[in-house]
Amino acid sequence: MAGQSALIENEQRRDIRNRWLLSAPALLIILLAAVGPLLIVVVYSLLTPGPYGDVIWKFSTDSWIGVFLERDIFDDTLSVADAHLGIFLRSVKLSILTTIATLVFGFPTAYFIATRPARSRELWLFLITIPFWTNLLIRTFAVLEVIRNQGVINTLAMRLGLIDSPMQMLFTDGAILVGMIYVYLPLMVLPLYASMEKIDFRLVEAGYDLYATPFRVLTKIIIPLVKPGMIAGSILVFIPSLGAYVTPSMLGGGKNLMLGNLIELQFGQGRNWPLGSALSITMMLIVMVALLAYVRNSASGVKAHG
Amino acid sequence: MAELSAIEIRGVFKYYGFGEARFAAVDGANLSIKQNEFFTLLGPSGCGKTTLLRLIAGFEFPAEGELLLHGEDIAAMPPFKRPINTVFQNYALFPHMTVADNIGFGLRMLGQSKDKVDARVSEMLKLVRMEQLAKRSTSQLSGGQQQRVALARALAPAPKVLLLDEPLSALDYKLRKEMQIELKRLQAETGITFVFVTHDQEEALTMSDRIAVMQSGKILQIGSPRDIYDRPANRFVADFIGETNFLKGKVTAIKDGSGDIAMNCGVSLSAPAPAATSIGDEVTVMLRPEHARLVGVDDAGVVLSGPLADVIYFGTDTYYNVALSDGTLFTVRQQNRPGEEGGRLVGDVVGVAFPSDAIRVLRG
Repeated sequence: MAGQSALIENEQRRDIRNRWLLSAPALLIILLAAVGPLLIVVVYSLLTPGPYGDVIWKFSTDSWIGVFLERDIFDDTLSVADAHLGIFLRSVKLSILTTIATLVFGFPTAYFIATRPARSRELWLFLITIPFWTNLLIRTFAVLEVIRNQGVINTLAMRLGLIDSPMQMLFTDGAILVGMIYVYLPLMVLPLYASMEKIDFRLVEAGYDLYATPFRVLTKIIIPLVKPGMIAGSILVFIPSLGAYVTPSMLGGGKNLMLGNLIELQFGQGRNWPLGSALSITMMLIVMVALLAYVRNSASGVKAHG
Repeated sequence: MAELSAIEIRGVFKYYGFGEARFAAVDGANLSIKQNEFFTLLGPSGCGKTTLLRLIAGFEFPAEGELLLHGEDIAAMPPFKRPINTVFQNYALFPHMTVADNIGFGLRMLGQSKDKVDARVSEMLKLVRMEQLAKRSTSQLSGGQQQRVALARALAPAPKVLLLDEPLSALDYKLRKEMQIELKRLQAETGITFVFVTHDQEEALTMSDRIAVMQSGKILQIGSPRDIYDRPANRFVADFIGETNFLKGKVTAIKDGSGDIAMNCGVSLSAPAPAATSIGDEVTVMLRPEHARLVGVDDAGVVLSGPLADVIYFGTDTYYNVALSDGTLFTVRQQNRPGEEGGRLVGDVVGVAFPSDAIRVLRG
């Protein structure tokens, strides 16, 4: 009997060892691709900037102070870094607005596709993915072409006599918003569609049957059922919006910076890699806090539904 | 004035498809369902029974015709305004709600107060014997339990008419039998008009007060289960409901509504002829297998005879297929009694006897 239990124990140990061995490649990739670079960023944020970019291996917390505070170059006193905070706020505000707008436009779009006959759905999905084929830069140029002073909208409006001089639309927060909505809309539509496609539309009929008006059917049945898709879509849109770089730099001009541009500035012209690293980590923390708050809030209504 | 019908359907048409592919799913239906009646729409799949049910529920709107609920025209009324509820074939329970929330959904949509809703929900849970499962998620329920929740949900707002779309088809045999009894009990207790759709003739016969048999969008016959079974209006109804022997023959004489028919198998029968039949017409004689019995070839009252082609044991009964002289097989269904084992064997020449009122002559 004792021999047998030892044998079983041996087998179990071997089983555990095998599991580790089998997952080793995946763990290695995660370590190299995700944890490693992140660690480098964390370490860099605690070093001193070199004179021509790069870092000097000397510990310093200056860059972290620099994220929120500004050191006066003359008398060395610290004051709140208004410019950074303004950029944080603009980034968060524009990202939230982008998420809401893509949700508002994406929901009916996804619903439309999900209610088409099975065969034409594929065509509609295909059309949704077409913008992905083109480079982000080109797509942003397209938006620029529409809204610039000599662009499509202004030219048309002036031809029609609606306005006398071109409206300034380019280089505003609104321009950034329009660009980001356009770029990130498919990221909202696809997960929404994936959720909606799974809805049994007989549930909608059951709702109508039980005295729910079309509006009530939407709020009490369809929205709760597509909530997982709404959460997934919002995450997929919010995160890249917060770090967006190309869109705000082209449509926002030099003044209307977002976090991505600020970070780029530190690694480029600013030659302050530690500050750039600290800003990057700050952005990650904002994303994390926002996601935790959002998911916890939304999950309370969904609970057991999977 | 007579009592208002629960549902009155007059000349209702419903088409699907366009152009060449257009067909009538409901092809001129006329129907009157009494209050507190257990009414069944019976027919093979694709006969239009579900479409007719969906027209009553309001998920579809008729192309033509009138649809009255307790005398009020509801043909153009949206489903959420009709005091009619449906038990769906797949139950269609809301997966994001508990059992109690599902049952209370209709009442909440009607704007009833929370206390009222809660009281009614617990009343309904009791009615379908599910009190202990109120807080469960619907995904944790068995098929039979889901069925009960669907019933309770549809009954909770006390509709004038309850529609049931093949609600028992997903259940196994024993559970189906139980739910049949349960449905009859619920109908008796609530006094609500039930309109039941099924393709299962046995279910229809055991549960219904009246049955409408449908085929290709048309209602072929409306009557009590006994009417439909014993006096089918035509060959389709006779064939669809129960098992039937069909024998071909020709009318040779008609007198006082009674016709003499020369059967293809050589014998001659006398039976009430259907209206507007004349001498020389081809007719079909129908006879239920259980109305005939096997006798010796030389016994008195033998009508048909031939060798036994098959003997099929069926538990309670045995089916005997008798080969007639024209090659058709005539089935006799006889109850098994103790001590009869091995009594008749394939190849034995037997006689078939039946009372003269057991046969029915159908045209064509």
